Amino acid sequence: MESTPLELQVLFHVGPVPIAMPVAITWVIMLLLGAGSWLLTRRLSLHPGYRQAAVEVLVKTIADQIRTVIEREPEPFMPVIGSFFIFLVFANLSFLVPGIRPPTAQLETAAALALIVLASVNFYGIRQRGLGGYLRGFAEPSIFLLPINILSEITRIFSMMIRLFGNILSGEFVLMLAIGLAGFLIPIPLMALELVIGVIQAYIFAILTAVFIGAAIHGRGRQQQERETDDDS
Amino acid sequence: MTVEMWSIIAAAAAMCLGVLGPALAAGLAVRAAMDAIARQPEASGSIGRNFIIGLAIIEAMAIYCFVVALLLLYANPYTAQG
Repeated sequence: MESTPLELQVLFHVGPVPIAMPVAITWVIMLLLGAGSWLLTRRLSLHPGYRQAAVEVLVKTIADQIRTVIEREPEPFMPVIGSFFIFLVFANLSFLVPGIRPPTAQLETAAALALIVLASVNFYGIRQRGLGGYLRGFAEPSIFLLPINILSEITRIFSMMIRLFGNILSGEFVLMLAIGLAGFLIPIPLMALELVIGVIQAYIFAILTAVFIGAAIHGRGRQQQERETDDDS
Repeated sequence: MTVEMWSIIAAAAAMCLGVLGPALAAGLAVRAAMDAIARQPEASGSIGRNFIIGLAIIEAMAIYCFVVALLLLYANPYTAQG
């Protein structure tokens, strides 16, 4: 086997920094999304046309999902979670363009996204509850659980990274095998399956980010309090 | 037998055995979710969302096995190519 799927293919160098294929594809997707958002929101009106109505449906769906998961007004969280969802949909489905490997099939891209999740979870938690209150949340319900809480904070982010990477890469493997066995028409249903998996993975990544941010905002004691109020009623 | 041959056998075994547990777990989760939706169709939205999150967490186990198999095949530290 001359090239492994874990290896990065370097396109060109900017100074001393090598630019790999997934990075370039990510930049192209970012550019498309940025330009597309600018074009679609350029002329907003109270009586929306077809395009504005479609974008409004998407934005409102994301906002509703965030509101039901976090149980807060979704505006402060829309930038992170909404762009995760839209970017991941485009990144996961970029295999439809011939010759393009989805950038999320590389461990490095998934790791970068997971680090953004880690940073934003801590950011929203500290902003909502203050540094002291947030750090005290790690020692709930007892100080002996401190190492386990910190460990779970890291492992759940790690598992998000592995989940995204593994799902997209395994789909690519299945397609590769199908093309190797029978190249004509047989891969098409598998590609349809890949479409579904790509969208579901984007949804899961965004909704898990929302769940983690919600947990960081409300604190670990929330379920306990709810249980106590349930017993009272 | 060389390290490469053992790696291939180990990768196959990791996938076969490692997928058994998540498959059973996913089956149980689907059954429970379908039961819940049949009993309470008006709550299907929130049941469905939590069901998808649970499936993602179950599926992570199988994905770990897949990643271990990949590491054995392509990034094995005990072979020369790794």
